[in-house]
Amino acid sequence: MNFYETDLTQLHDDLVNKKISATELTKATYDNIKAKDDQIEAFLTLNEENALAEAKALDEQGIAADQLVAGIPLGVKDNIVTKNIRTTAASKILDNFKPIYDATVIEKLKAQNFINAGKLNLDEFAMGGSTENSAYQVTHNAWDLTRVPGGSSGGSAASVAAGEVLAALGTDTGGSIRLPASYNGVVGMKPTYGRVSRWGIIAFGSSLDQVGWLTTSVKDNALLTSLISGHDEHDLTSSTREVPNFGAQLNDDTNVKGLRIAVPKEYLGEGVDEKVKTVIKDALKHYESLGAIVDEVSLPHTQYGVAAYYIISSSEASSNLQRFDGVRYGVRTNDVKNLEDVYVKSRSEGFGDEVKRRIMLGTFSLSAGFYDAYFNKASQIRTLIRQDFENVFKDHDVVMGPAGPTVAYKIGSTITDPKAMYMNDVLTVPVNMAGLPGMSIPAGLADGMPVGLQIIGKPFDEETMYKAAYTFEQSTDFHKAQPNLGGQN
Amino acid sequence: MASQIDEQQVQHVASLAKLKFTDAELSEFTPQLESIIDLFETLEKVDTTGVKPMTSATDQVNVMREDVAVNSNQREALLKNAPEAENGYIKVPAIIDESGDAE
Repeated sequence: MNFYETDLTQLHDDLVNKKISATELTKATYDNIKAKDDQIEAFLTLNEENALAEAKALDEQGIAADQLVAGIPLGVKDNIVTKNIRTTAASKILDNFKPIYDATVIEKLKAQNFINAGKLNLDEFAMGGSTENSAYQVTHNAWDLTRVPGGSSGGSAASVAAGEVLAALGTDTGGSIRLPASYNGVVGMKPTYGRVSRWGIIAFGSSLDQVGWLTTSVKDNALLTSLISGHDEHDLTSSTREVPNFGAQLNDDTNVKGLRIAVPKEYLGEGVDEKVKTVIKDALKHYESLGAIVDEVSLPHTQYGVAAYYIISSSEASSNLQRFDGVRYGVRTNDVKNLEDVYVKSRSEGFGDEVKRRIMLGTFSLSAGFYDAYFNKASQIRTLIRQDFENVFKDHDVVMGPAGPTVAYKIGSTITDPKAMYMNDVLTVPVNMAGLPGMSIPAGLADGMPVGLQIIGKPFDEETMYKAAYTFEQSTDFHKAQPNLGGQN
Repeated sequence: MASQIDEQQVQHVASLAKLKFTDAELSEFTPQLESIIDLFETLEKVDTTGVKPMTSATDQVNVMREDVAVNSNQREALLKNAPEAENGYIKVPAIIDESGDAE
């Protein structure tokens, strides 16, 4: 089964019409995974036995026409809790953790009888941009196995790009869906903060985290995003707004005539690779040829985004990760003399270096004497970043630029320099800071590696973004490019 | 202003965060943290006088729900994930070390 040659709607129709059975599709998915994952190393846990049993039961009862994902195996990032299926967040401290409940996004998909193919690798607790911070394995970019898949949803992106699964869930706190989507030549959407419930997402930065999809096509992404969106009483920051059927709006009449595109000069400035700039400029020219209006604008606080983001996200992380203390769940160190030992030794042995750095930075930023200079200052900068976007959106519909300043880099090349790694997030973190929706779509290749065009929308206006993305996709061939797995492209 | 974080301060922050570093780790982490905190200090350049801090991006205000007690009765399932449990309780070592050689 080549998932690049089909899509969600086609598979659904084939399942409903019994052209293919859920069992056949599930077996084909695991055949894909087994053929490729020795090289990609995207999966941490396979759910094969349960998946085949669920597929069999579904085949016996028939696939309902109103359940779009019924019988379709999809991947799940391993920081999304899944009942009775090991959930590690790629951390040793959760090595033995089997959640007793499902995240809301999983509950919604289960209500539609989706099949959970398995759990996908990430940077430990979603902290990182390369998936090298996983405590378990290094995931490889399907386009070039010597390069990173990006992160933190690197397992999700690589698995979709390698054609192992049709789509996978990821999470995005500062770019963790968009960067890997860009690096792997797939479509990744981080919806507006509040669009999707965070209940059951292992919390990293609670005011920044969102759940979204990595897919090979814009329409699949749009259809799947509608399925997981909506208010949830378990997450009181989730929005009560109505959820449009994003996929239903994408058809032959969809166009970008008159679409007002803002291109921040900071997004094509210093620090962005020249070849990446060329790909993005060509994409913008293509939008103009399709009838869109492209203007240069300025988001003057962009340069402060990374510093402010790392203060806020690390502060929230240091608080959220206090719960991992070896008491109620997770791994407890054996050699302990008292309760303090349980906390300190379990945490010191259970967390990896990057997680410790973030906890340290957060604890420092919140500590007595430093709170005003760091956390409060960063929160004020956050206001300014949001105002920058509000000003631009007064007379533009979307903002566009690259998702990352470079293409995927070599495994091992930045892992020893945390600050260099953080700077890769310069074009994605402002979106989380402002709570806006952001996506990355394939826009071409630079040196044989995929480049993602980032599209940023107004709050809760994913619809306009999907239409812009769909129009681009349907009028170009970039999304059809597939990695030549194992070989050099 | 260059940041002044030294190994002693890193130790202090580690103790607040319930983490412990070996000497080797300490000499690796301290310059890394210092370099990142230098980056944080670039924010000083921005005039934020009178700017309200933003702490959330949600569009929801004062979300209320009915105050209804529910008994989800999941104790047994919950305890399965506890490293040590006894008689329906999570078990931990004594708060004060009685062997006398605590640090």
